Amino acid sequence: MWNYSEKVKEHFFEPRNTGVLDDANGVGEVGSLACGDALKLYLKIDPASETITAARFQTFGCGSAIASSSALTEIIIGKTVDQALSVTNQDIADYLDGLPPEKMHCSVMGAEALRAAIANYRGEAWSDEGHDDGALICKCFGIDAGMIERAVRVNRLSSVEQVTNFTKAGGACKTCHEKIEDVLAEVLTAMAAEGVIEAGPAPTCPVAPSAPIQKTMTNLQKIQMITAAIEDLRPTLQRDGGDIELIDIDGDTVMVNLQGSCVGCQMSSITLSGVQERLMTVLGKPVRVIPAQAA
Amino acid sequence: MTVTAEPRQIYLDNNATTSCALDVVAEMLPFFTEQYGNPSSIHAIGAGVAPSIHTARQRLQALLGAAHDTEIVFTSGGTESDTTAILSALRSLPERREIITSAVEHHAVLSVCEYLAKNEGYTVHVIPVDNQGRLDVKAYEKVLSDKVALVSIMWANNETGTIFPVETLAQMAKAFGILVHTDAVQAVGKIPMRLSNSAIDMLSLSGHKIHGPKGIGALYLKRGVKFRPLFRGGHQERGRRAGTENTAGIVGLGKAAEIAQSGMIDENTRVRNLRDRLERELVARIPNAIITGDPEQRLPNTTTIAFEFVEGEAILMMLSRAGIAASSGSACTSGSLEPSHVMRAMDIPFTAAHGATRFSLSRVNTDADIDRVIEVLPGIIDRLRAMSPYWSAAGAPAAFQPAYS
Repeated sequence: MWNYSEKVKEHFFEPRNTGVLDDANGVGEVGSLACGDALKLYLKIDPASETITAARFQTFGCGSAIASSSALTEIIIGKTVDQALSVTNQDIADYLDGLPPEKMHCSVMGAEALRAAIANYRGEAWSDEGHDDGALICKCFGIDAGMIERAVRVNRLSSVEQVTNFTKAGGACKTCHEKIEDVLAEVLTAMAAEGVIEAGPAPTCPVAPSAPIQKTMTNLQKIQMITAAIEDLRPTLQRDGGDIELIDIDGDTVMVNLQGSCVGCQMSSITLSGVQERLMTVLGKPVRVIPAQAA
Repeated sequence: MTVTAEPRQIYLDNNATTSCALDVVAEMLPFFTEQYGNPSSIHAIGAGVAPSIHTARQRLQALLGAAHDTEIVFTSGGTESDTTAILSALRSLPERREIITSAVEHHAVLSVCEYLAKNEGYTVHVIPVDNQGRLDVKAYEKVLSDKVALVSIMWANNETGTIFPVETLAQMAKAFGILVHTDAVQAVGKIPMRLSNSAIDMLSLSGHKIHGPKGIGALYLKRGVKFRPLFRGGHQERGRRAGTENTAGIVGLGKAAEIAQSGMIDENTRVRNLRDRLERELVARIPNAIITGDPEQRLPNTTTIAFEFVEGEAILMMLSRAGIAASSGSACTSGSLEPSHVMRAMDIPFTAAHGATRFSLSRVNTDADIDRVIEVLPGIIDRLRAMSPYWSAAGAPAAFQPAYS
C-alpha cells in the first residue's frame, strides 16, 4: 500500500465538502470513468465580491484523488476567484503534507477542475473541452499540451516519467512519449529563456521530429489518406464499443459520424480532436474535424 | 473506562501470500540452529540433513501425484520455476522458435515471453480469454505446430480463480512434440493433481501460497523431459539447480505440502462454502456488482467482484481500516495507470474494471470473517458511490442494465 501521509488519510476517510451543490454557479468536470479517476467540482461564487462562498465535490478515484479533492475545497473556500486561480497542484499536495510521486496526478486533477469551474462561472469555454489549449498529446488519458505545460511549469518537471506521474500522460500505451519529450523540451527552453530555470542542455529527444513535407497533393490523394487514417483509428474506437464513419471532405474540413458508445460520451470531443490530430500528422497540414450532424 | 480493541485482522488476500503455518515454522526451526549442516557434506552434521530433504521431496511428490520424488526440483519460488521451465524448453528445442502462452498469465511468465520476443526474436502466441476468463481453445488449437517449442499456460488464474483445462491443452500439444509447462502456483493444494498420469512436462509451485515460507518453491520436471538448468555450478538437485539447498525452506515447504494435502477436502467444501456465501451475500446487498471469472471452473477460495462506479484502492483503504485485507485489480493500487492485464484481457467494462476487488480465502478463514465483510462492505461501497459523480448519473441502480453479463 502507498505510504500516504496522515493528512491524506484524514481527508480520504473524512472528506470535507462532498456531494452536489445545488445552487452552484461554477461547475468543472475533469477526468473520466475510463481513465480511472474523475472530479466534478461545484463552486458558489458571490458575483459582487467574486468570492468563493461554498465549494463541493464528487470524485471517482483512489484515496489520494478523494483526499486531493477534499483539500482543494478547503483551500479555495473564502478565496476570491483571482486568488483561487493562483492555486496550483503543488499547493494541494503541500496541504496534504505531500503525495507519493506516482499520485501527483491526483493533485493536478484538482487544479484542473478548479480552472474548469472558474471558466464555467465566467462563461468561458474551458480548454479541456475543445483542446484549444494546444494539441492533444496523450490520447489514452486525453491530456493536452497545455495541461502538460502547466504541470511542468508549476512542478519544475524535467522527465517524461515525472510528466506521467503528474498528469498521467503517457502512462498507458506509451506511444506519445516522443511528443511529451517535445513539449517538455519546448517548455523548459521557454522557462530558461524567461530566467525561471537555469539554461542547460534540453532533455534529449532521441528522434528529431521531421517536419512534414509540404508538397502539393491531389484531392484524390488527400481523400485516400484521410480514408486510410480513419480506417486505422476504427479498431481503437471499436474496442470501447464505438465507431467512426467518414461522411464527407470539404476542403480542409473533414466531417465524421461518431457511433456506438462514442455518441454522448463525454470524451467525444477528445476523440474528435484525437482524430484531427492524427489526420494532421498524416497529411502534414491543418484540417478541421467536425461531427457531420453539426455541418 | 472503555477500551476499544483494535478490530481483529481478517486476512482475505491469500492469493498474494499466506501466513506461514505454525507447524511449518516448528519443523523449520531446528534447521537454523542444530541442523545447520550442508547436506552435501560427508560429516554427520551435514549428512543428517539429507533425509529431511528427502522427506520434503516425498511430501511434494504425494501432493502432486508425481510418479517419482526425483521429479521435484527445489527452487527459490514460483518465479524462478517459471523462468527455469521456459528457458529450459527453448534451449532443449533450439530449432523451434515459437511459444504459446495466455493473455492472463502471471508476469513471471508474460514478461519472460515478452523479453524473448523482443530480444531473441521468438514468436509468442498470446491466447486470448473470453469475458469470463476462459481460454479460447480454438485459437490455441490454431497455433499449435511443430514450430512451437513450449506451451506455458497457467493452471488457475490468480485474479479470478478461473481454472484452465491444462490437461487437455497438454495432450493437444503433445501431438506436435511441444513441451508443456504450467504455472500452478495458485492451483497446488487447492486442486487434486495426478501428474503421473498427465501430459504436463513441467509445473511451477510456490511455498508461500500454501502456508509455507517465502523464498522456496519447486519445479516439477517429468522424468525423461529434456532439461537445461538455469543455474549451473553444483550437483545439487541432481545438477538441475545448483546452489546450496535452502534446507529450512525445503523442510517448511514439505510440511506445508503435507498439510495442504490433508486440508484439500476442507478447502473444497468449507472454504468453498465461505467464498460462495461471501459473494452471494455481497451481490445481493450491493447493486451493480459483477462476479468475474468462470463460475463453473474456479478455484474454491477466490472471488473477484467488480463494483461499478467506485475505485478499487479507495475500497481497499476503507476495508483496511475496518481490519479487512483484500486486494484489487485496479490501476491505482499498483502504481500503474491502467486496470490489471487480467481485467483488460477479459474486457471487463471500464465502469467496473477500476472497482475490481479480490477476496482470496484460505483454510484459516472462518464464518465470522465472512460475516464481518458482509457487514461492512455494503456501507463502504455506498459511501464511495455517494461521493462518485457517476453514481447518480447512472440512473436508479435498479433500472441500470449493464450491457454485459
